[in-house]
Amino acid sequence: MSIDLPAGSSPARVAFYNDPKIRSITYQVALCAIIGFFVYEAARNAITNLERAHIASGFGFWENTAGFDIGQTLIQYSSQSSTYGRAFWVGLLNTLLVAGLGIIVATILGFVIGISRLSKNWLVSKAATGYVETIRNIPLLLQLLFWYNAVLKALPEMRDSFRIPGGILINNRGLFTPQPIFGPGFHWVTIAFFLGIVGSVVFYFWARKRQEKTGRQAPGFLVTLGLVIGVPVVVLLLAGFPLSFDFPQGGRFNISGGVEILPEFAALLFGLSIYTASFIAEVVRAGILSVSRGQTEAAFSLGLRPRPTLRLIVVPQAMRVIIPPLTSQYLNLLKNSSLAVAIGYPDLVQVFTGTVLNQTGQAVEVVAITMAVYLSISLTTSLLMNLYNSRIALVER
Amino acid sequence: MTMAEGDLAVAEIKFVRGATIDAQPPPAAMRGAVGWLWENLLSTKFNIILTILIALLAFWIIPDLVKFLLIDAVWTGVDRDACREIVVHHPVGACWPFVFERWPYFVYGSYPISERWRVDVFFVMLAIGVVWLLWLHAPRRDVGMAYFFVVLPISSFILLTGWKAIGLMPVDTSLWGGILVTIVVASVGIIFSLPIGIMLGLGRRSHMPAVRLFSVIFIEFVRGVPLVTVLFMASVMLPLFVPEQYSPDKLLRALVGIALFASAYMAEVVRAGLQAIPKGQFEGAMAVGLGYSQMMRLIVLPQALKITIPNIVNTYIGLFKDTTLVFIVGIFDFLQTVEVSRIDPKWATPVTSTTGYAVAAMFYLVFCYAMSRYARATEARLAKAERR
Repeated sequence: MSIDLPAGSSPARVAFYNDPKIRSITYQVALCAIIGFFVYEAARNAITNLERAHIASGFGFWENTAGFDIGQTLIQYSSQSSTYGRAFWVGLLNTLLVAGLGIIVATILGFVIGISRLSKNWLVSKAATGYVETIRNIPLLLQLLFWYNAVLKALPEMRDSFRIPGGILINNRGLFTPQPIFGPGFHWVTIAFFLGIVGSVVFYFWARKRQEKTGRQAPGFLVTLGLVIGVPVVVLLLAGFPLSFDFPQGGRFNISGGVEILPEFAALLFGLSIYTASFIAEVVRAGILSVSRGQTEAAFSLGLRPRPTLRLIVVPQAMRVIIPPLTSQYLNLLKNSSLAVAIGYPDLVQVFTGTVLNQTGQAVEVVAITMAVYLSISLTTSLLMNLYNSRIALVER
Repeated sequence: MTMAEGDLAVAEIKFVRGATIDAQPPPAAMRGAVGWLWENLLSTKFNIILTILIALLAFWIIPDLVKFLLIDAVWTGVDRDACREIVVHHPVGACWPFVFERWPYFVYGSYPISERWRVDVFFVMLAIGVVWLLWLHAPRRDVGMAYFFVVLPISSFILLTGWKAIGLMPVDTSLWGGILVTIVVASVGIIFSLPIGIMLGLGRRSHMPAVRLFSVIFIEFVRGVPLVTVLFMASVMLPLFVPEQYSPDKLLRALVGIALFASAYMAEVVRAGLQAIPKGQFEGAMAVGLGYSQMMRLIVLPQALKITIPNIVNTYIGLFKDTTLVFIVGIFDFLQTVEVSRIDPKWATPVTSTTGYAVAAMFYLVFCYAMSRYARATEARLAKAERR
């Protein structure tokens, strides 16, 4: 903002303390000085306090043997030989597993409930509203404790396990499902599956080009289904069915074979999905409502039927509104998975900030690493989100 | 064809009706209760299936819920025997005597029994403050503001922690618990997060690079990590950062963690409000010669905060639910007192956990639902003012 002054006149004189430039510099220097002072004091105190308590500092502990067991390990881990670093990766993978599955379940549930809230069916919309209003207003921690202590821990003992057809056992020690054993030649099925995915992507582009040229539509869903599911099944049969299952055998006190799913994992997955779904439902509802009624009416007047209207007109416009808050709900779910510490699921916080911190006492390093993990995931996601946003943002005149 | 020609053409055709006929009532099947049912529940095949499914779900859940909470519930008793199926020989629902006996613990924690009146006074003072601020026609709401943000925090602090000079016995915060702690943590979060959040929100939109950078780093950092880790940091790292003799007590650590966490979220809410204010308002304020603080205080913030009230309340709802996480720091908030009581051998039965959780759920549900209703009513009120 510059003001053109007539030639020869000098700018009005102001006292130096009223000069915006000097003021702004003074404020900033003062702020930096205050923050610098606090950081310096904190660091100085931390060093003295750590020295007095004889706590080592630095990241040397990363290579030390952990010496504790973890209930659920996705990668090789043993208490005798694995390091704290290994324990960190085990915890991180457990966090990502529960968050990833939670996101899938919460999205499906959330979309169903969000659309149900807009249903013309009175009973359906009222039931969805009831769900959202109840679940949203009860703390997640309480829901997790309820699922874990009041539901899953109240299941029958090992010897009276519920048996679900298909070889699944449920009791208060967890859920036991058959474990698939892949015989020789199964890799052909895997290859066929990935080829099927590639093929359906190629088909999608071909079909779109053809539709743009000729206006003829291809049965996309059926072809995709055939390529992704059908072809691998055919290959599986041709290869002589190299797939068998190891069924869990229920004993009085122990179960052998099968895959064990911890009750802590199940409780966390239930709690996170159900809680986050209520927020996603609201996001979806707001998104659909944001598409003005005129859009639907215009589509109808062009002769589109309700389903293509939804698919081609309403959903693409609603997604623009839905996706940013949806991503922040996903991040919330990831961050909320740290509540695992309350029910003892071995996630990053429980393993690392809990056990490792207690064993090593290196609070600063351990908490800093944990925060850095969450922070980098969050920041990466918001960066991608901003890129996406700028790509789909409405370009106005 | 012009208008006149058209009229002429119609007038000449005898079989065309000259006057409109009266509207007929809709067919019986589309009126009243039947019509409503038809349209809302049974309009298509898919709808009929949905209706039946939801009805089945309701018939499955609601009777069981009523049975558990009321019909089969036990209302009197002195210990766990009253609520055990093996002892009383009939199905047992909720174990209410457990809640009745533990209620004082749920409310006050281990606060000394002779001093509990102080907690009651605190609750009453807080209730007065809340009503004063929220009731639109209350007299002197400016005084109410000062009362809520200045008088109430100071007097509550003196009242609850004690002050020997005026004869109030000091009560260590490790004895506090239950609903008292939940309310204290939530109130401190609410009272501190708004001003800090406004400052950070303004800082993020400031023209001074150092201020903006600091605000952005703080906000993004806190919003990027789970509250659990912030509380861990407050609990294990804060004592390291201060000289040993000033090491803060456990409750204070949790309060610092919660207040900082809520401030970062509040800052984003405030920023959204600031962005919604048209640039003309800023320029207008500057044109009439207002300085930065006057512009913000008199022109921008009143408008920005008004439109963000619903979002502020939503942040408060989140904060209220997040108070349950202070268990990380070893503090006995309401949920934690329930958690401790439910495994007490005196009351250990298969139904105790569920009863305890049901009470906790109702407590949080009532508070959060009331807040969300308030937010929605405010939204509706503001929308009405906007429409004129």
